[in-house]
Amino acid sequence: MAYLGNPPYIQEEMLHVLGLRSHADLFRSVPEALRLKGDLNVPPMMSEMELDRHVRRLAARNRPAAQTISFLGAGVYDHFIPAAVELLAARGESITPYTPYQAEASQGTLQTLYEYQTMIADLYGMEVANASLYDGTSAAAEAALMARAITRRPKVIVSQTVHPETIECLKTYLVNTDAELVTVPYREGCTDLEIVANVLDDQTACILVQLPNFFGIVEETDKLVEMAHAIGALAVASVNPISMGLLRAPGEYGVDIVVGEGQPLGIPMNMGGPYLGLMATRREFVRQIPGRLAARTVDRRGNESFCLTLQTREQHIRREKATSNICTNEGLMALRAMLYLSLVGAEGLAEVARLCAAKAHYLARRLAEVKGFEIRYAAPFFNEFVLQCDQPADRVLARLAKRGICGGVLLARFYPQMDSRILVAVTEKRTRDELDAYIEAVQQ
Amino acid sequence: MPEPLIFNKSQRGQRGIRFPDSDVPDTGPALPERLLRRRPLRLPEVSERSVVRHITILSRENFCVDTNFYPLGSCTMKYSPRCNERLASLPEFTDVHPYQDDEGCQGTLEILWRLQELLKEITGLPAVSLQPAAGAHGELTALLIFAAWFRSRGEKRKTVLVPDSAHGTNPASCRIAGFEAVQVRSDAHGLVDVADFESHLDGSVAGMMLTCPNTLGLFETRVAEIARRLHDVGARLYIDGANLNAILGITRPGDWGADAIHINVHKTFSTPHGGGGPGAGPICVAEDLGPFLPSPTVEQAATGIYHLRPGGDQSIGRVRGFLGQVGVLIRAYCYIRRLGGPGLRRVAENAVLNARYLRERCRKDLDLPYNGECMHEFVLSAKELKDACGVRALDIAKRLIDHGIHPPTVYFPLTVEEALMIEPTETERRRTLDFFADVLHDIVAEARKTPELLHEAPHTTAVSRPDEVRAARELDLHFDWPEREPQIHD
Repeated sequence: MAYLGNPPYIQEEMLHVLGLRSHADLFRSVPEALRLKGDLNVPPMMSEMELDRHVRRLAARNRPAAQTISFLGAGVYDHFIPAAVELLAARGESITPYTPYQAEASQGTLQTLYEYQTMIADLYGMEVANASLYDGTSAAAEAALMARAITRRPKVIVSQTVHPETIECLKTYLVNTDAELVTVPYREGCTDLEIVANVLDDQTACILVQLPNFFGIVEETDKLVEMAHAIGALAVASVNPISMGLLRAPGEYGVDIVVGEGQPLGIPMNMGGPYLGLMATRREFVRQIPGRLAARTVDRRGNESFCLTLQTREQHIRREKATSNICTNEGLMALRAMLYLSLVGAEGLAEVARLCAAKAHYLARRLAEVKGFEIRYAAPFFNEFVLQCDQPADRVLARLAKRGICGGVLLARFYPQMDSRILVAVTEKRTRDELDAYIEAVQQ
Repeated sequence: MPEPLIFNKSQRGQRGIRFPDSDVPDTGPALPERLLRRRPLRLPEVSERSVVRHITILSRENFCVDTNFYPLGSCTMKYSPRCNERLASLPEFTDVHPYQDDEGCQGTLEILWRLQELLKEITGLPAVSLQPAAGAHGELTALLIFAAWFRSRGEKRKTVLVPDSAHGTNPASCRIAGFEAVQVRSDAHGLVDVADFESHLDGSVAGMMLTCPNTLGLFETRVAEIARRLHDVGARLYIDGANLNAILGITRPGDWGADAIHINVHKTFSTPHGGGGPGAGPICVAEDLGPFLPSPTVEQAATGIYHLRPGGDQSIGRVRGFLGQVGVLIRAYCYIRRLGGPGLRRVAENAVLNARYLRERCRKDLDLPYNGECMHEFVLSAKELKDACGVRALDIAKRLIDHGIHPPTVYFPLTVEEALMIEPTETERRRTLDFFADVLHDIVAEARKTPELLHEAPHTTAVSRPDEVRAARELDLHFDWPEREPQIHD
């Protein structure tokens, strides 16, 4: 039988040692009335070869991005993943340890996490980062909870330019608490600061913005951060880590908690996960941060070593008083991000970011020249923009699809009234020929 | 020499990978100067060879299931089959965007739909969400569903009952979901003290979170009665499915009267633990709670086409972005299909057999505070040893490392002093169990003779007993680049 440590005759011997006649005797403590009669109604077992065939047949029913020219984004991006990231992250030594509770048996994981924390904090221009959260979306919700704990205030303000799924997740996390969630509308694709001024008050824990925002726009948030601080609220930003190769780091303009979706850092799109929740903050807030933290210290012989720290924040010590309920996080994905950032380096990250921006701007400029199309917002954008069509956007996408182009995300998916708009994302992987093919297809 | 930090391997001008030059016409600065990074970013400058060597060396400083016996109680460190890894890593799965149209991801959607069906059958509960990212996330999701269900009935309930032996995630999830956790005592046998449980039952109780088998590895024999009593006061029963691996194909939470359960697929269904994730924590719930599940779920249309179905008005919304931990879920699907119904039952049988056998071999050497018939794990206590010679559970754990064994979970559950929680899993052979028992026997003998040897363990590893107090006090969580170029260690 697959995956069992002992063949049947050894199992028999072990039962004998225990004075039991059969496997069924192992379950005497399960009341008879609760026991299943017969086996689960699950399809019969398969050999590895049969399973392989079965799953590959299903896989063939997918159309991977590599078989199309993809301009899908909206939080998940088709970036290049270096071979060394894939191969190192697939090693047994990478995938089969667990949470490094026992430092002496986990120095590799702990040191890697310390290196990861350093890189993420530096990327965002912040002082400390944690060892990962589930994904960028739930990380934003955790940041809101953290801001509430720090300020002891109930109100959370979120800009409507934040990813709609993030807003939805915030609602879910806050609905059963005394928190008040206020959404601020946007004007010309940017958070409406006049309305922010109206809703910010001394009951506000934080205001959450996204950079680049859901429409791809790089909002100028200095003013907003100042307004939040002036009234004792925290500024929380969800920031695309790849954009940090080009854009100002949130630490440079006073953001208090930065979160982000780490998927662009060497993690496959995987139709939604597993991804990586990034979180970084100021040192003064480190005791309120959720999740694991790896620290450098010395051991009893005085040697440099690493261990988990501030565990009194965590659920396994602090139970209902913990900063979060998170336990298993995204260790392997953090390893991927650390590998990615090491391999590309600061220069490589800048190259990727510049390529994304240059190609996105080329495509946007050329599309704007096509009759019946315009770029919806004039504000500066990074690698993603809203294409306004003079016809239903799904028709445009269908036309592109005929040429093997996945032209972007239909914004009506999130906002039904936006049925003539497409969110177009461009990564470094798109070639000029592919961009020209897009332009040619919409000209038809 | 220990492997230096990657920052200390940095060498100016060195690169891992390079990107091609831009192939689009240069149209000048894409963004205004004021939005651009001013403070330069500093990342290590290292070659690909350096990175590969660094991580390979570091990975050898870890214990892992592939190299060591890893009886970490409650974490179910079973072997992770490689066919699941290979299949889930097919580019047809990994290279798919979450907003790809349904037609372009029928394969993944079919797997997820089939997995939903399988989990219903395995748990006996008829509605599923694959969205939660880990077990604790599943707990939170289910509690939010309870809260929403009460809200839909115009009720607001305050408390959730949690046994004193529960995982710390349970009370933590309660608080985040807006409930107050009320502790229920365990009885002399290590099971829920039903009298104490009943004393807390009233109209303010939203539900109970019960781990079954519990964290002592004991089946809660009165679980059906507990479910009935909760339902009598309009409350719901949540099962923490951390230990579902012990009862696969033997008994089903749905048949006990449970209203919700989460499944740790990295425990029960062998997906790798990844050094602390990713896991996945799908939940299964009772029929009437189905409409409250997070959005979206996977549905099969009459035409046979699979698609994502957004949640209705009653859905709690979403607990993370996009679909869920899809790559992890594909591995779980592979595992279940490989084993089939009888295979899943044999997993449970052998998990229990191995634990029972190992317990029998270890109980001579350390105390067994609760000696009911254990399931997949058991808890020993080093209290007597500590009183006799000052050797604690932690010292035993550290000494096991010298023998190449990853320590069990220690100091949990909180109901046992000096606890060592041992879970061998079904994938280990008898000889490994015997080896563990022999080593434990020797360590206990050592403890009585030369306790200082244990206080200073481990002796064979590169580091021993990192100073955790100093770590928390001086708090070095971030490498600061020196002003001057660091010396290169490569």
